[in-house]
Amino acid sequence: MEKEKIMSFVKKYTMIIVLILVMIFFGIGTGGKLFLPQNVTNLISQNAYVFVLATGMLLCILTGGNIDLSIGSVVCFTGAVGATMMDKGINSVAAVFAMLVVGLIIGSIQAVCIAYIHVPPFITTLAGMLAFRGLSNVVLNGMTVSVTDEAFQKIFGGGANCYVPDLFGIEGFNLTCMLLGIIACIIYVAIQINGRVSRVKKGYEVDSLAGMIIKTVVICAVICVLAFKLSQYKGIPTVLIWVLLVVLIYGYITSKTTIGRYFYAVGGNEKATKLSGINTNRVYFLAYANMGLLAGLAGILTIARLTSAQPTYGQNYEMDAIGSCFIGGASAYGGTGTVPGVIVGAVLMGIINLGMSIMGVDSNWQRVVKGIVLLLAVIFDVTTKKEGK
Amino acid sequence: MAKVLLEMKNITKTFPGVKALDNVNLKVEEGEIHALVGENGAGKSTLMNVLSGIYPYGTYEGDIVYDGQVCKFNKIKDSEEKGIVIIHQELALIPYMTIGENMFLGNERGKKFAINWNETHGLSEKYLKMVGLKESSRTLIKDIGTGKQQLVEIAKALAKNAKLLILDEPTASLNETDSKALLDLLLKFKQEGMTSIIISHKLNEIAYCADKITVIRDGSTIETLDKNKDDISEDRIIKGMVGRDLTDRFPKRAEKHIGDINMEIKDWTVYHPIYTERKVVDKVSINVRKGEVVGISGLMGAGRTELAMSVFGHSYGTNISGRVFINGKEVHMKSVGDAIKNKLAYVTEDRKGNGLVLSNSIKINTTMANLGAVSSHTVINRDKEYAVAVDYKEKLKTKCPSVEQNVGNLSGGNQQKVLLAKWMFTDPDVLILDEPTRGIDVGAKYEIYCIINQLIADGKSVIMISSELPEVLGMCDRIYVMNEGRIVGEVTAEEASQEVIMSHILKSSK
Repeated sequence: MEKEKIMSFVKKYTMIIVLILVMIFFGIGTGGKLFLPQNVTNLISQNAYVFVLATGMLLCILTGGNIDLSIGSVVCFTGAVGATMMDKGINSVAAVFAMLVVGLIIGSIQAVCIAYIHVPPFITTLAGMLAFRGLSNVVLNGMTVSVTDEAFQKIFGGGANCYVPDLFGIEGFNLTCMLLGIIACIIYVAIQINGRVSRVKKGYEVDSLAGMIIKTVVICAVICVLAFKLSQYKGIPTVLIWVLLVVLIYGYITSKTTIGRYFYAVGGNEKATKLSGINTNRVYFLAYANMGLLAGLAGILTIARLTSAQPTYGQNYEMDAIGSCFIGGASAYGGTGTVPGVIVGAVLMGIINLGMSIMGVDSNWQRVVKGIVLLLAVIFDVTTKKEGK
Repeated sequence: MAKVLLEMKNITKTFPGVKALDNVNLKVEEGEIHALVGENGAGKSTLMNVLSGIYPYGTYEGDIVYDGQVCKFNKIKDSEEKGIVIIHQELALIPYMTIGENMFLGNERGKKFAINWNETHGLSEKYLKMVGLKESSRTLIKDIGTGKQQLVEIAKALAKNAKLLILDEPTASLNETDSKALLDLLLKFKQEGMTSIIISHKLNEIAYCADKITVIRDGSTIETLDKNKDDISEDRIIKGMVGRDLTDRFPKRAEKHIGDINMEIKDWTVYHPIYTERKVVDKVSINVRKGEVVGISGLMGAGRTELAMSVFGHSYGTNISGRVFINGKEVHMKSVGDAIKNKLAYVTEDRKGNGLVLSNSIKINTTMANLGAVSSHTVINRDKEYAVAVDYKEKLKTKCPSVEQNVGNLSGGNQQKVLLAKWMFTDPDVLILDEPTRGIDVGAKYEIYCIINQLIADGKSVIMISSELPEVLGMCDRIYVMNEGRIVGEVTAEEASQEVIMSHILKSSK
């Protein structure tokens, strides 16, 4: 019995355990450099686009293991459009709005092909990948267009000093950041307690108290340590706000709303979903249209961070997003996967990247390692599924 | 007496929870046509799968003695090497390959890395001639009709040096002329010394060609009739197929309150979604009253599921015509959503494929078709959802540790209850239950019947599609008999008997 419990625990939290092991490994390998406040900050800002794109990709993958290959090119294209607009002197608010709309339109066009014309997603998005890479070149004339709007850079986390301003001004420690971290913990604990109390009151099943406390403590500890590390550097990078916003909104949609439920249902059994009166075509449409919108947002974050738009931006972004999803426990057949899981997957990829960079591993070997990690994650998914049967 | 070519001795095959075959014996003599008959699910196909090695040696008990040797087949290839070739009901031909390519698929002529196409097509032509098919072996399969495709299958079997040919419902999708031609071909092969086993529901065909008939019922062999010694009239065979005792397998209904017509379907015609010229449902008119269980009986492929699904929001078929009235008012249900709004529910026969999301919990499956009822402004109220799931779990006595458990881990009976719960939660007035007790054990069946009776007592209407005659007879107030897409009879509970229904079906078969 005990053994079984441990096994099911390990199965449920495999990726978190792997994440911890990888952190320890690179922590030692880099002589602790990995956990320097600056590197923790870098981990977030370098990977912001992965978090955003992987969240969108999760919805596509949920519908049945379908992926979107076009997003790297769409990121580049929306970035190119936005940078060119700002370069021509158009207001940055209008440019931001335009980038999101362009992303959404591109997503919608691909979504119509997939959902209503039934072109396989792989083909549709492969076409998109080629077309928008080409169009990016056309828009940029093959050149680099720099982004000089400072307000834009600051808000979307580009450049060197894009942090949430500190209200207290203590030298070397950003108290605002730490306080926000603590507030986040308090809100989290309050939600947990509130939910439990209401369930108990209505006489529903609840998880074991010990389990809940451990989970809450661990999550609060992670938030606090992260906030502390960030405080020691320059505080909260503005880009983290966007990432959190996306993660929270989509985490909510996937776990608490009817439309979120439909994504899982379609991936789990499309025929049964259709026969339950759910418009499955619309589910596919939403997944891919939304992917375009988030690619637009990622485009904004990318040109803000790199303070320019180039025709080569966004290459392999789709692979990072897909990899994060599968490593984070999304099933290659659809129907399972969560936003928090995907974030764990993205962090894992990010740490492997950063750790190896600090250790000075050749970038080609980094790719080899990432490829192996991805393969192992999917092998794990497939084999544990088999055991279940 | 002729030499015994095949003898299957005391074959017992168990699937988890179900004994599909129980001490089955089958003796086939060389050069005879041996027919295997029985109701759907009696175990005919399972027996043939054991014989052909689809269920490998060791997964069943008993012996297969073929040509004087005990055989231990591990895969289909093993049995084919001995000359046992099975032709399945669903043709296994690849549409975009030529006849010749199909015929030698997996059995290619020439060398491993160099197929000899001349030999392939040359041999194909030879075998095509043997089955009397006048087509070039370079014709694509998709360009020839089903009748000719069936002949290609037989030619393919000959190409494998078949000594014992097994045909599973070979004429199910053929018209009369093609069927006759096929049977004559079998008789011709018999003259040449070929042995065949034919599985069929069409008793006239069996009487026409078979030398011996073995009847299987509920996984056991009942009897073997010999053309020369026994009476092999249709009535005699039917009696063997269905003759079982009806004891207390059905709960009594307290009292009947049959009210007005709840739903009426008129002149419903549906065409096949891919072969659009094939009529699957032909001018069907049926009705169901409040508080009434109406059965639709018929063989597999009679068009019952197609009828139900096409009515249920056009979920099947093309070119659908006909009218549906609910409570006297005409309704148009173009999507499943419309059907649910009109208080119609369809509980599928294929609960794993079309009914449930196995990787999701009981709770999620229960609310799936009516998620709006447990959410406000698209946000799901988890507590309410949970309460609903627990409520149905208790009402239907679903056995599970928690409603958070994945449906995939439940037994068939409990899965069926979850599926029923899902549709009861949409609060329908008319429920179409398609094979509601398929593949579940007797105890669970009884509970499902109780649920049906409860629904009726609440004034709802139930249309029950079932291939199990005893169930139809035990549960229904009125029975429609369907065959080949048409309603071929309507009988009340009082008049109905297994013989009456079977003869309605068999007499309308062409």
